[in-house]
Amino acid sequence: MDMEIPYTVEVRPDTGLTSPKLGIWLFLASEVMLFGSMFSSLVLLRSGSEWWPVQSEIVNIPLATLNTAVLIASSVTMVMAWASLKLNDFAKYKLYMGLTFLAGVGFLVIKTIEYNEKFTHHFYPSTNNFIAIYFLMTGLHAIHVIGGMVVNGFLWGPGAKMWKTEPEKFTNRVEVAGLYWHFVDLVWIFLFPVLYLL
Amino acid sequence: MSHDSPEEIRRTIRKFMMVGAALIVLTGVTVAVSYIHLESIYARVAVALLVAGVKGSLVALIFMHLTAEKMWVYFSLALTAMFVALVFALPAWTEGDHIVGSRPNKWSAGVEAPHMPAHSPAPEH
Repeated sequence: MDMEIPYTVEVRPDTGLTSPKLGIWLFLASEVMLFGSMFSSLVLLRSGSEWWPVQSEIVNIPLATLNTAVLIASSVTMVMAWASLKLNDFAKYKLYMGLTFLAGVGFLVIKTIEYNEKFTHHFYPSTNNFIAIYFLMTGLHAIHVIGGMVVNGFLWGPGAKMWKTEPEKFTNRVEVAGLYWHFVDLVWIFLFPVLYLL
Repeated sequence: MSHDSPEEIRRTIRKFMMVGAALIVLTGVTVAVSYIHLESIYARVAVALLVAGVKGSLVALIFMHLTAEKMWVYFSLALTAMFVALVFALPAWTEGDHIVGSRPNKWSAGVEAPHMPAHSPAPEH
């Protein structure tokens, strides 16, 4: 039985939003709580501890700065992918979405180098509270990056066929995927100073 | 933003580019400030969170179009903000005397914390 999901293109009269858009914002609200509780745990651990390692001596600030730039650039390319669809320029959409995906790959490669450096120096989650929460928060963030890349990869590849049949619905999908991707960027914007610079 | 004209979209694209550049500059500012050795941990936290707050606001307002959203989105975010504030109030209640400095612990009092060895041995199990 083929059933049409309502309000994917036209807005619901009561909310003024399409259902996917309201859905992603509610999901992001739950994500704010997830990461918020972790930031809160970090504050609790750090303020309650008798001593705390000098974070800058453990983490790699240049690599993290580079990763910040990569993620910011990916947010720009993501929003440009959506804007290209709004301008009916599918070729540019493919270019910008491809770049967004590659930036995600770049972020993970840099993160892998960073983790490898930690393991080489025998810094494991069991070493101390800071390293434990560093791995937990950056690891969870990296999983979110991978999740976003799966969606972006689908929208760049097989999912892009929808542009030919239902362009407005496809544009909405890209917008929703973009909202998630920007959120991942936003989380990193706070993780970066808190875990690397303070 | 579903019915914007091409001209409006092009204007928005320029805005996206400017915001992207501002975010990169502000990242540089964040790193630069971390190399200025501010005495107080509170000053360091305040500056770092202020810059991160500005960057986060730019992403949320411009890239995520929060400047022109519907009431339902604002309502769900306001509710979330309330609960996040509650989550952050928990460490403030339990460790408030550390945080405000009335019961300084070693690191917040500026006493040098024991450094991690560069090649600390793997813990034995």
